[in-house]
Amino acid sequence: MSLIDGRTGKWETVLGLEVHAQVVSAAKLFSGAATKFGAEPNTQVSFVDAAFPGTLPVINRKCVEQAVRTGLGLKAKINLRSVFDRKNYFYPDLPPGYQISQYTQPIVGNGTVTLDLPGGGTRSVGITRLHLEQDAGKSLHDQSPGETYVDLNRAGVALMEIVSEPDLRSAEEAAAYLRKLSSILQYLETCDADMEKGNLRCDVNISVRKAGDTKLGTRCEIKNVNSVRHVMQAIEYEARRQIEILEDGGRIDQETRLFDAGRGETRSMRSKEEAHDYRYFPDPDLVPLVLDPAWVKRIEESLPELPDAKKARFLRDYGLKDQDAGVLVAERESADFFEAVAKGRDAKAAANWVIGDFFGHLNKSGLAIGNAPVDARKLGELLDLIADGTISGRIAKDVFALMWQTGKAPAAIVAEKGLKQVTDAGEIEREVDAALAALAPKVAEYRAKDEAGRAKMFGFFVGQVMKRTQGKANPAAVNELLRKKLAG
Amino acid sequence: MTGALTDLTVAETRAGLKAGKFSALEVARAHIRAMEKARGLNAFITETPERALSDAAESDRRIARGEARPLEGVPLAIKDLFCTEGVLTTAGSHILDGFKPPYESTVTAQLWRDGAVMLGKTNMDEFAMGSSTTTSYYKPTANPWTRRGDNRMLVPGGSSGGSSAAVAARIAAAATGTDTGGSIRQPASFTGIVGMKPTYGRCSRWGIVAFASSLDQAGPMTRTVRDAAIVLRSMAGHDPKDSTSVDAPVPDYERALGKGVKGLRVGIPREYRVDGMAREIDLLWQQGVAWLKDAGAEPVEIGLPHTKLALPAYYIIAPAEASSNLARYDGARFGLRVPGKSLTDMYESTRAAGFGKEVRRRVMIGTYVLSAGYYDAYYLRAQRVRALIARDFTQAFDRVDVILTPTAPSAAFAVGEKADDPIAMYLNDVFTVTVNLAGLPGISVPAGLSADGLPLGLQLIGRAFDEETLFRAAEAVEKAAKFTARPAGAA
Repeated sequence: MSLIDGRTGKWETVLGLEVHAQVVSAAKLFSGAATKFGAEPNTQVSFVDAAFPGTLPVINRKCVEQAVRTGLGLKAKINLRSVFDRKNYFYPDLPPGYQISQYTQPIVGNGTVTLDLPGGGTRSVGITRLHLEQDAGKSLHDQSPGETYVDLNRAGVALMEIVSEPDLRSAEEAAAYLRKLSSILQYLETCDADMEKGNLRCDVNISVRKAGDTKLGTRCEIKNVNSVRHVMQAIEYEARRQIEILEDGGRIDQETRLFDAGRGETRSMRSKEEAHDYRYFPDPDLVPLVLDPAWVKRIEESLPELPDAKKARFLRDYGLKDQDAGVLVAERESADFFEAVAKGRDAKAAANWVIGDFFGHLNKSGLAIGNAPVDARKLGELLDLIADGTISGRIAKDVFALMWQTGKAPAAIVAEKGLKQVTDAGEIEREVDAALAALAPKVAEYRAKDEAGRAKMFGFFVGQVMKRTQGKANPAAVNELLRKKLAG
Repeated sequence: MTGALTDLTVAETRAGLKAGKFSALEVARAHIRAMEKARGLNAFITETPERALSDAAESDRRIARGEARPLEGVPLAIKDLFCTEGVLTTAGSHILDGFKPPYESTVTAQLWRDGAVMLGKTNMDEFAMGSSTTTSYYKPTANPWTRRGDNRMLVPGGSSGGSSAAVAARIAAAATGTDTGGSIRQPASFTGIVGMKPTYGRCSRWGIVAFASSLDQAGPMTRTVRDAAIVLRSMAGHDPKDSTSVDAPVPDYERALGKGVKGLRVGIPREYRVDGMAREIDLLWQQGVAWLKDAGAEPVEIGLPHTKLALPAYYIIAPAEASSNLARYDGARFGLRVPGKSLTDMYESTRAAGFGKEVRRRVMIGTYVLSAGYYDAYYLRAQRVRALIARDFTQAFDRVDVILTPTAPSAAFAVGEKADDPIAMYLNDVFTVTVNLAGLPGISVPAGLSADGLPLGLQLIGRAFDEETLFRAAEAVEKAAKFTARPAGAA
């Protein structure tokens, strides 16, 4: 638990997150209009989305399935009967004047997300509920000086609002929660969880209290924070702000605040008194959503292995380090890639190569795993060349860089560049002899030293031999010969 | 010939066209002339004579090929609450100025699919809120009936008053209506025609401008019970575009007719004998019981104990849903826009100019009853009452097959007579709202005349999705009543 030092003592931050995750589905929640990202404004709008008179919503079964999948993935209770309500308010990007949402009877109830804490250990974060609701359109204020334009492409797109319990205690924990939630959603393929595209948005409920207090402080809600970095910034700023007010003897007003990413600060948006009266009531255009338990069961049986289970298996079956396993399972594609490389090979070596060189190149290039010039098969072949002694681990790094550049298979590069490791004892001995002959004063210096001095200097001779052989000499053979010859 | 053609029922028109006695074009022309002649009634907001003629020409081609459809060549008037593709659709409101929907309501699409001919769009209370067709932005519609020895203009009932007037005045063979609290049955009673509200979910609501979604239901308005059965068959059916429409087969309602009511148990609810009800209405009701008894049915006194709570519950639930349904009329995308200095100003100016007094009243009531702190006391309580009313009916239908009541507590009143008293106006719905709250089918059949010569209707209420029994019983009342009077204002 991380506490914040104030002027009067230590403070604890209490956080709950409401995440709006855009459901992966071809069509909107209640209309047949498409949901593709980046389309020309107002090209994905049906008469239902534009709330033309007499049009009616019809639930998209795919979106319901995705919500159930997500609920199951969050180990949550699936409510076999749920109800859609209208949340009423006027705004130009909300054509009907109400958002169809779920208020008192959501489709998913209590669940859990497990966080991996830095330095090992886990922590459970409670999920209060998940409900389905419609997204609003987008108001465009920058198209004309005097007018606001409205793009309804997003209006009616299905969102899952995932509400956590106030179980988080720091910006870092909030970030870990968001990353874990994204990871689960991506595994389930129910949300792309790409904050850049706005398909994962977050409201932060935050309060502070003196360390050791058990009563919750007055909370503020920070609306629509759209990246993990911004969530952390917003929390850090807001916690400080609240602590300062309390330490000055003030009190916190319950209010809705906005995060200004440019200034890195939160600002008051509306007070509790100005809060909307949404006049929720059950949408009479829709009947209660009743799920068949057998259908839910089938969805449950079709769930993929989720990050926690996969990590446990990686630790157990591959003997990986906890942190490595955590990195590999964060995305399903990485985990799959690793497993393809590790299959029938030394798993720890595979993990090192995937996390080290492969991820290194991947991050630098900004490519996705699927588009990388080195696929799992080629990386596996490279590992095989190391394992059978064809090349050394050091040479392998150069081969990998060339593979990334050219997309060629490792064996081809080794042959082309003549990088095959020299294992012939006679040839290595000739190189060792030649090296030592050229370094006669150093050899004398070495021999004059005690055991510790010799150990320090030994690497120098190894390096010199490797340099002569462009790294191709088998390191074990070089070591053995050098030790024998230097001993004199 | 003209008089004869506009006098024909749907069934007679169908038979005459099939036998080649006249053409669909002749039928359409006769009705177009009647529509022009009766413009003084103001039954139509939009007349579509060219559409009628082209529809009729197509009907004649089909008939010639021997491919007549169920409603081939039948001229219909459509309540202006149904969206009709490319044809002005106003809901009787200024706020839908110039709105020509780029889509067709499911119900009207099915009528055109079955060969019906469109005459035009009929006047109505604004957004179907009213019982008199006087709240329309397009001026009131006159009832073709007047009191004996009194030429004052009477209301045709509402909200489907343009449709009831058009059918009663022999301008259209049949019309569509919608019924949220009695808006088909009460105008039918006021104009001496048959008005049928099907079970909630029987007809698709897709493309019908919403008033109160959980109560709105489309239905036919005709001059005979048989015609109502014929037209309903085309209007009804499951629609995947309306989640509340029910996926059940649509019977051939006409085949239920002619079976009589022998052995049918008819419930007479004691709670429907309300204070201040005209004695002639009570007498007519008793007469109706006697007719059904003579036809072999068995009258059974029943209790519907929560009846008195129905009207207050209705006037909470319907405005609550309406306040939300009408939020979309904001001037941004269709209909009227009154420009403003700011967004809020535009909303307020548009809605103030676009909505009439009654609509504004109900939006205010609806907004209030859904507000934080009032929701439980009003909306939630009204929903509980609604459940109790539905239970009353379920229990009653354990003992009886249909229920007989008056349709309305009075005959048609004069324009302006109840205009200043919304409560008196709301009382018009006292016998009809229970049926909407319970989602049941109901039908009003013309049964007699008041002392001053105005038509009065009797209402029959049936079990959910048992429209067939309802039509049977309605036919028995129709047969016994022998209602042949016609309004002075008929074509």
